[in-house]
Amino acid sequence: MNVTRGFTGRPRVHRPGLPPGQYDAGDDWPVLSAEVTPDLAPADWTFRVDGLVEEPRTWNWEQAHALPGSVYEGDIHCVTSWSKFGVRFGGVSLDAFLAAVRPLPTATHAVAYSHTGYTTNLPLTDLTGGKAWIAFSHDGRPLAPEHGGPARLLVPHLYFWKSAKWIAGLKLLDHDEPGFWEQNGYHARGNPWEEQRYSGD
Amino acid sequence: MTETTFTPPTRFAIPGRIAVTHQGANVWQTATLTEIRRETPRAATFRFAVPAWVGHVPGQHLQLRLTAEDGYRAQRHYSLASAPDDSGHIELTLDHVEGGEVSGWFHGEARPGDRVEVRGPVSGFFAWPGDRPALLIGAGSGVVPLMSMVRHHRARGLGVPLRLLVSARSPEELIYAREYGAETTPVFTRSAPPGTPVGRIAAAHLEPVLAEAPPGGWEAYVCGSNAFAEHASRLLVAAGQPVDRIRIERFG
Repeated sequence: MNVTRGFTGRPRVHRPGLPPGQYDAGDDWPVLSAEVTPDLAPADWTFRVDGLVEEPRTWNWEQAHALPGSVYEGDIHCVTSWSKFGVRFGGVSLDAFLAAVRPLPTATHAVAYSHTGYTTNLPLTDLTGGKAWIAFSHDGRPLAPEHGGPARLLVPHLYFWKSAKWIAGLKLLDHDEPGFWEQNGYHARGNPWEEQRYSGD
Repeated sequence: MTETTFTPPTRFAIPGRIAVTHQGANVWQTATLTEIRRETPRAATFRFAVPAWVGHVPGQHLQLRLTAEDGYRAQRHYSLASAPDDSGHIELTLDHVEGGEVSGWFHGEARPGDRVEVRGPVSGFFAWPGDRPALLIGAGSGVVPLMSMVRHHRARGLGVPLRLLVSARSPEELIYAREYGAETTPVFTRSAPPGTPVGRIAAAHLEPVLAEAPPGGWEAYVCGSNAFAEHASRLLVAAGQPVDRIRIERFG
């Protein structure tokens, strides 16, 4: 262990739920995105699921909101080392969208892409079984544009760069295909509990 | 059936500027503090000897961690301030963040000879190898990765056009004030030298620069707080800079 002389860290209590290498950001919710925040009105938002599915489909704002609502209450973790506890997102479980398009048995992965062109890759098993959402609100209010509003992907058990802002669609594939940050050196999966920050971690 | 490589239908999707070599990204190594230079009342530059540093491209950052005696570790990402060179040293410029756990140690405790751990460089997105005309826009400590680019440009005598717009609250808070040359336009938001207007970066600052864009246009690099990044990137778009030629690094 390489102790840093004179470094004690903040006074701290053990915080269950804080992955290794993370700190509690408290009320802060830092904004991190590489691109210009788009002007995307709900009326212009669409969400498409295609690729290896039986029936590709596109939902508009009203059609997506007609699906059963689902809430995530829990924590989120950013690779830049902040975590935020007790967030509350409202939206629709991704299971509801996937049920409508019926993924083919050959589908193993997905590329999520944004209305900006941002992409990120995920194993399909990280998107199913109540683990992922299309989120429209945060703390009961519409999701702010800089946080991905009007709609973002939410995959809270992985680092937050996987939760693509301004989500436009998912393409299901039979192989893994690195997205934007993954091509820039980040880990293919991004599990905070295993500190999968960079490629090779 | 195997799908071909997926290409999103929309405009951003800028590829990274450099191919990321993963060499160095996974290995923690010891960095020994060799020098501290005060830049402003709130910011100082920390120079480290990192003998096995694999090199970086301006705009890249590193991960740094401090370890307490009880094993507790704090880690942060910091942009590299120094230009790439073969000195075996790198430099970081850090703001003293109110209540900051890591910046508090740097500004209150650190002295030459202290050792920390770093790994990197990481990320190829905000990197600038010096090949394309670059319009750099930063505020506060957001100027740090941009200064690495300016220093690289000078050190290599690059001929590619480079412009820097840097915003600070006052001349006293302008980081690297002594180093700027003809490529730089400082903008002061709270107080300015006599005869210099006070205010945020505005369309009037950008329009002349965009009007004299070199062939092929500028690659814009914006770095600062989120509020600044939002403001500056929207100004750029409004002034006609394509969204897919704007790279943003937000300090959360």
